[in-house]
Amino acid sequence: MADILNALTLLGNFLIIPGLTYGSQLALGALGVTLVYGVLRFSNFAHGETMAFGAMITILVTWGLQSVGVSIKPLPTALIAIPIGIVVTVILALGIDKVVYRFHRERKANPVIFLIVSIGVMFFMGGLIRFVIGPGDQIFFDGTRFILKAREFKEITGLNEGLSLKMTQAVTIVTTLVIVTAMFWFLNHTRTGKSMRAYSDNEDLALLSGIDPDRVVMVTWIIVAALATIGGTLYGLDKSFKPFVYMQLLLPIFASAIVGGVGNPVGAVAGGYVIAFSELILTFAYKKVLLYLGPDNLELDSLIQFLGTDYKIAVSFIILVIVLVIKPTGLFSGKTI
Amino acid sequence: MAAAFYYQYRNQILFSVMAGLLLAVALMQGLSVSLTILNLCLISAIMSLGVNIQWGYAGLFNVGVMGFAALGGLAGVLISMPPVSEAWQAGGLGILLGLIITTGTIAAALYTWSQVRHLTKQRYWVIAGIIILGYALLRIFFDPGVVAIEAIDPSVTGYLGGLGLPILVAWPVGALFAAGIAFVIGKIALGLRSDYLAIATLGISEIIIFCIKNEEWLTRGVKNVNGLPRPVPYEIDLQRAQWFQEWALDFGMPVDDASAVFVKICYALLFIAVIAVLLWLSETALKSPWGRMMRAIRDNETAAAAMGKDVTWQHLRVFILGSAVIGVAGAMMVTLDGQFTPTSCQPLRFTFLIWVMVIAGGSGNNWGAVLGGFLIWFFWIEAEPIGLWLMDVVTSGLPSTHWLRLHLLESAAHTRLMTMGVILLLVLRFSPRGLIPEARR
Repeated sequence: MADILNALTLLGNFLIIPGLTYGSQLALGALGVTLVYGVLRFSNFAHGETMAFGAMITILVTWGLQSVGVSIKPLPTALIAIPIGIVVTVILALGIDKVVYRFHRERKANPVIFLIVSIGVMFFMGGLIRFVIGPGDQIFFDGTRFILKAREFKEITGLNEGLSLKMTQAVTIVTTLVIVTAMFWFLNHTRTGKSMRAYSDNEDLALLSGIDPDRVVMVTWIIVAALATIGGTLYGLDKSFKPFVYMQLLLPIFASAIVGGVGNPVGAVAGGYVIAFSELILTFAYKKVLLYLGPDNLELDSLIQFLGTDYKIAVSFIILVIVLVIKPTGLFSGKTI
Repeated sequence: MAAAFYYQYRNQILFSVMAGLLLAVALMQGLSVSLTILNLCLISAIMSLGVNIQWGYAGLFNVGVMGFAALGGLAGVLISMPPVSEAWQAGGLGILLGLIITTGTIAAALYTWSQVRHLTKQRYWVIAGIIILGYALLRIFFDPGVVAIEAIDPSVTGYLGGLGLPILVAWPVGALFAAGIAFVIGKIALGLRSDYLAIATLGISEIIIFCIKNEEWLTRGVKNVNGLPRPVPYEIDLQRAQWFQEWALDFGMPVDDASAVFVKICYALLFIAVIAVLLWLSETALKSPWGRMMRAIRDNETAAAAMGKDVTWQHLRVFILGSAVIGVAGAMMVTLDGQFTPTSCQPLRFTFLIWVMVIAGGSGNNWGAVLGGFLIWFFWIEAEPIGLWLMDVVTSGLPSTHWLRLHLLESAAHTRLMTMGVILLLVLRFSPRGLIPEARR
């Protein structure tokens, strides 16, 4: 019995909690990508940089708050800085839409042109971020590091394996739960949310029903910027903030959105967790788990690992390829919000 | 009047301006600096030719330029480096068995796939079973081989080495490598929505770079491969040669400088030869019936399909061709550098910059792509000194130790990313056809 509990704890500590955390971060990112796709109808390559920008503003505000001694211990200070980060990112996103995207939207440009435009925006934002905060690592976490320490868990339960829960992990999971619930309530139960869904479903019909397209686009950018800021900050809190990492996040985020069915918010959230758990399941070393579960005299030479941890990024790509080959519309075959 | 003159001689004027810029650098920063920029301009121009074949001819959006270029670079290592015989003895068998098992698994999976079409649901599980079995077998034979190879003198070799052939052979081989991967990606992503190709190529290029960084038995990974053989003479040999010393004396240059310049000119001539051949081929292809068909497909896929053209197959062909050209450029780049450094493969530096080149130069026009390659690379390199100078002027009113001035001077290097973004956005808005637009036919 103790062996089974030990094995489960091991899995919980190294697979389930990190998977939920990483999955939440991906889900927030994929939700943003999918909303842009649903309403504005292009794949937004600048989304990673938008996340980095939101996180950067939040970091700057956090530093400001820390320097005047504001603290909400045991929670990280960054949480009260997020609203200001959101406001600034929303202003930037709306400004970029007004200056850049609107022109092409009015000409009804090809989606690929939008894609290239978003790459231009990506360059610009990437440069801006590196210009302001530099390309290096930034640490802005404060507050209590662990809610539950592995050692305490061992003492309480008497097991060999410890289960630890970091503050950042708990904050990420809870925040994502709240945000996603609010998001679905907004899309399904408010007038604005319904008009967004209608616009994404059939643009002409929505226009005929008197829905103001400019307002739908504006609301979309506000939501996308807010999601990006929250997602970016949570990722930065949990791992660390480094501008180029956010560009590497683009691939798993796109993979999540496509796996779930691009344009479909439920799919985006589910896709985020699918990608995160697949990455961890395939790169987890099962040796210790098998030693607990197997017969007492079991001896294993290798780590029993499907893929080296370095190949995490390949997992999201392999899943993407499988989905593209077998079911290009994704698990929740969406195209509408 | 002036406008009419410009339109008539646009290409000549623009290329003269480019030559003038390089000349100005030669006068202000030295001939050697100017030639370094020129060589990379030529390589960039070849990469943007490759992207132009995909985007300008066919409207395919490839964001995996970096990956295809890196495959070309890998070819440079595998062809030109001398083989490490101890490593082959230690782990060569494991690696070869691994390769055979991989090929066997793929063949078995493909064959089974074609045989079990009637099983709609179960066939996925059958294929998955075959692949998992093959993968397990692969790991059993492959892993010990890798460990053995990487253990041999890791600070110097620790990899299998190459074939020891002249590095020029690597250029076509690099094209083959890139074409092979392009075939697989194209098979998967072409025929679906256009942005799926973009995302798939983004993914594959990240994975290629990750593999190259991690598979040390093949590439030494982040330890880099240095001292690739050269197709041109070494400076040190030139400096010792009697004829070269006399030559340098005639030109009135110190022998050291003269040798560096001579080597760079040799490279430039090689690259110009390649670019001339590629330009001739691309122009001929564009004017041929095949080029007309590609434009027809690009401008109206439905109409072209209705005329009996196999759109997906033609897309696949042009995607492979373009990627092969990028592969050549990648191989040329490691030839120029004389080393293979996977850490220098950054998507912003390769993929996205090449896109700025194609869009700004003029998509659909080969000369435009070449000009874009020259101009954008030139400004990418020179934006740093220009940005630094600009920041210095802007902040000259502040005391020299003011934090804002220090921060701005320190971050000046990052202005070039912003500049490239702004250039791309401006071109797309105000001159979407680029500097040398596609000819109206």
